[in-house]
Amino acid sequence: MVDEVLLRSLTPSVLAVLVRRGADFAAAEDAVQEALVDAVRVWPADPPRDPKGWLVTVAWRRFLDATRADAARRRREELVDEEPAPGPAPAVDDTLQLYFLCAHPSLTPSSAVALTLRAVGGLTTRQIAEAYLVPEATMAQRISRAKRTVSGVRFDRPGDVATVLRVLYLVFNEGYSGDVDLATEAIRLTRQLAVAIDHPEVVGLLALMLLHHARRAARTAPDGSLVRLAEQDRSRWDTGLIAEGVEILQAALARDRLGEFQTQAAIAALHADAPTAEETDWVQIVEWYDELARLTDSPVVRLNRAVAVGEADGPRAGLAALAALDDSLPRHAAVAAYLHERDGDLATAARLYAEAAHKAPNLAERDHLTRQAARLNARRGR
Amino acid sequence: MAKYLLLKHYRGAPAAVNDVPMEQWTQEEISAHVKYMNDFAARLEGTGEFVDGQALAPEGMFVRYDGEGRPPVTDGPFAETKDLIAGWMVIDVDSHERAIELAGELSAAPGAGGKPIHEWLEVRPFLGAHPTITE
Repeated sequence: MVDEVLLRSLTPSVLAVLVRRGADFAAAEDAVQEALVDAVRVWPADPPRDPKGWLVTVAWRRFLDATRADAARRRREELVDEEPAPGPAPAVDDTLQLYFLCAHPSLTPSSAVALTLRAVGGLTTRQIAEAYLVPEATMAQRISRAKRTVSGVRFDRPGDVATVLRVLYLVFNEGYSGDVDLATEAIRLTRQLAVAIDHPEVVGLLALMLLHHARRAARTAPDGSLVRLAEQDRSRWDTGLIAEGVEILQAALARDRLGEFQTQAAIAALHADAPTAEETDWVQIVEWYDELARLTDSPVVRLNRAVAVGEADGPRAGLAALAALDDSLPRHAAVAAYLHERDGDLATAARLYAEAAHKAPNLAERDHLTRQAARLNARRGR
Repeated sequence: MAKYLLLKHYRGAPAAVNDVPMEQWTQEEISAHVKYMNDFAARLEGTGEFVDGQALAPEGMFVRYDGEGRPPVTDGPFAETKDLIAGWMVIDVDSHERAIELAGELSAAPGAGGKPIHEWLEVRPFLGAHPTITE
């Protein structure tokens, strides 16, 4: 068996070698994919002593074959057959450059996600297509278009870490299913990024992912339905991941360069820190939401803040905070329903839960909200 | 990254602007229409946004369970049901605006006189996956 995670972790550095030797990004990326496939086939019987060296050799050969096969590209062939110029050491880490390229602002979010998973993550087009529930041909086109879009981007210019983090956040938060666990993959890619660049928001995002991933087993019931944070069996939370997330977060916060992801991670850490839901430090959570609202000015954050205010200062205070917000916001009705239930107004809560279910953006949430409405209706009927 | 259903109705949608039934078109107009639809699907595959496209036969029936040990009950086909689905296209796009834009283009498929049909298409978002981070 080939250790696929190890194999895939070599992808960005191998790809970077080809690009540095003068291969264009799109062709180099194809060649690396082919080398990865070869490795899965060859390594079990004949494991290489130097896996990265093996991949570079095979990928380079693949690249030259593909280039030679294309007569129209003869000029480029002459170019790449030359010895690479011995230039100065790269100022920016190669792996980091690939992250920047794959999250380039000229790409749409879905293209950036697909390209990152393939060129940095080393996943196959088929795996990515299965994960996002689209045909393989569609995903292949999405990736090749993305490669064309960034083909003119200089490889040696530093990019914006924030765009990379948004892409990794999307992979973690909105991944679907398939044989690849995208949450785990997002964590792996964020860890790898944290090695390549020293930035408090990178580790902030890593901490955020770890702290949420720690709750994974408790988040759904055996029948697949959602379990609310307050009702989760906290003994099923992964204490190892929590400890790691908290430690990483504390080191990041100590540097006093606060950002959105560190703040979100701080909120997750406060939840993780509470032995029971009742012992949650809601006052501190409200303060972190204030910070987050200042950093992002997002209405969704203020909605979540209203929930926290409801816990810290009582449901009336939560409803007052909610009153200041636009009621067309996603999940506004769900938050209102919860606060009205806490306030004892079950009739209003039941009506709002049903309304929220009607507007729910996904099936799990809709089922959950419908159950809440049904639970209150049954209680009121008795 | 959200999937949308573009739903085409035989009946049930508001009347199109160029509302001439297909059986009254010329051969060339029909060919032009079919080509437009195929090209549209191919173009969406090229942009990495195509998921699925299917056409449905107009004749169907209703079926329901009729209790343990009994065969299902069937009813229909009904000649005059109010709402009749002709087919659909599923797209995977980055925004709601993009879904609207593509539906608008699909609605411009040529009909009688080679002019756009301006057909009303129903655009419905899929319920997606539950995000991990919500609080």
